[in-house]
Amino acid sequence: MRYLLALLKRFHFFFFFLLLEVIAVLLIVRHTNYQRATIINATNELTGGVYSTFTGVTEYFSLKQTNERLTREYAELKNVSPGAYYVSDTGSFYVNDSLFKRQFRYRPAEIIAKTIDKRNNYLMMNKGSRMGVAKDMGVVSHNGIVGIVVGVSKNYCSVMSLLHKQSRISAKLKKNNQLGSVVWNGMDYRHATLNDIPNHVNINIGDTVITSGYSFIFPSNIMIGTVKKVELPPGENFYDITIALSTDFSVIRHGYIIENLMQQEQRKLQGETTDD
Amino acid sequence: MINYGKHIILFFICIFIQVLVFDGINFGGYIDPYFYVFFILVLPMETRKWTLLFTSFLLGLGVDLFSNTIGMHAAAATFMAYMRPKVIQYLSSRRDYDAGMQPLIRDMGFRWFFSYSFILVLLHHITLFFIEVFRFSEFLTTLYRAGISTLATLLVIILTQYLFFYKKKRR
Repeated sequence: MRYLLALLKRFHFFFFFLLLEVIAVLLIVRHTNYQRATIINATNELTGGVYSTFTGVTEYFSLKQTNERLTREYAELKNVSPGAYYVSDTGSFYVNDSLFKRQFRYRPAEIIAKTIDKRNNYLMMNKGSRMGVAKDMGVVSHNGIVGIVVGVSKNYCSVMSLLHKQSRISAKLKKNNQLGSVVWNGMDYRHATLNDIPNHVNINIGDTVITSGYSFIFPSNIMIGTVKKVELPPGENFYDITIALSTDFSVIRHGYIIENLMQQEQRKLQGETTDD
Repeated sequence: MINYGKHIILFFICIFIQVLVFDGINFGGYIDPYFYVFFILVLPMETRKWTLLFTSFLLGLGVDLFSNTIGMHAAAATFMAYMRPKVIQYLSSRRDYDAGMQPLIRDMGFRWFFSYSFILVLLHHITLFFIEVFRFSEFLTTLYRAGISTLATLLVIILTQYLFFYKKKRR
């Protein structure tokens, strides 16, 4: 016993070090399981408040770009408003409105914190459960896909960026609907990899890659990027494709959170049919 | 005699500068300066080892809270604090230092500080980046990223010294 105490006394520094490291590792492991762990820390009201205040100040620096973007979007909206269309004779045809059942709802939100240079990147946005945001909703910007909501608090949500080890987006080539998946290899925030395209498919540089709509999270036909480099490793059946992402993760400040109103129904059906 | 107030303020300054400024900056895609380790580097020589470990742990946890990486910075910072006394011993085996000294360029000279901070920052970054990636399949990439970021962090730390900690010597 005395020997043990002497040992403890001699190496107390080392033991204290071990204790702290064990605590840290426990925290990491609990947190790494990102689906189950409620990301308390990221979506915590305290850190959210600090980031909001800071963004409130820095926002002034980009007012000019924000205005330009707004006018552009306004013009686009004008283009599709009823006033921009020629009104044909309403008696000659008839629109059955029940054909169009709404599936996706878009909520605008502001990005108040983000990283792009880690291996696993997250964003924090200023809409939370109070505004109807929930886990597993998609996030897009005005020119492409951004990520998926992985945690919500009352007023904030934490978004797993496309630039993440675990993100995998179901995608297709626009010109021939060939299905693939987009993952990020961790080097450059402007580029990602498109997998699972077999070697018989005709693919060219500049081809557009869009979401497939098979994931229940994103609607189909949302822009992901364009093909930048195509390689066929010898002896492989699938191409190595690098795509240039259309979203510029380093400058985005605003995004839209997409709610799939039929997600529950789709998941339920999928559960029923795959269980047996 | 350690000036506690000064170090407590420095503790919070380091966290906030890291979170609000350096987390927002990135050079060339994946170069990440982790300035907050500055706090661990400049704690006075006679800081007790327990205090050193525990404050470093808290510092890492503070940064973690904001950057959504709970535990990672804490683990890396604690490891760095654990290595600090060993590195100091290794570097100054022949050299004496006075009680009031801090491991700064001002007190220890540029060459000493450079090797001291280079070793510690590199250890910290390698630990941090490997915990972040959590697999060995991207070994060289991760090592490369850690190395590049180490140089960025060192640059910032050394500049900070000349800007804010150099006045006393001239008198």
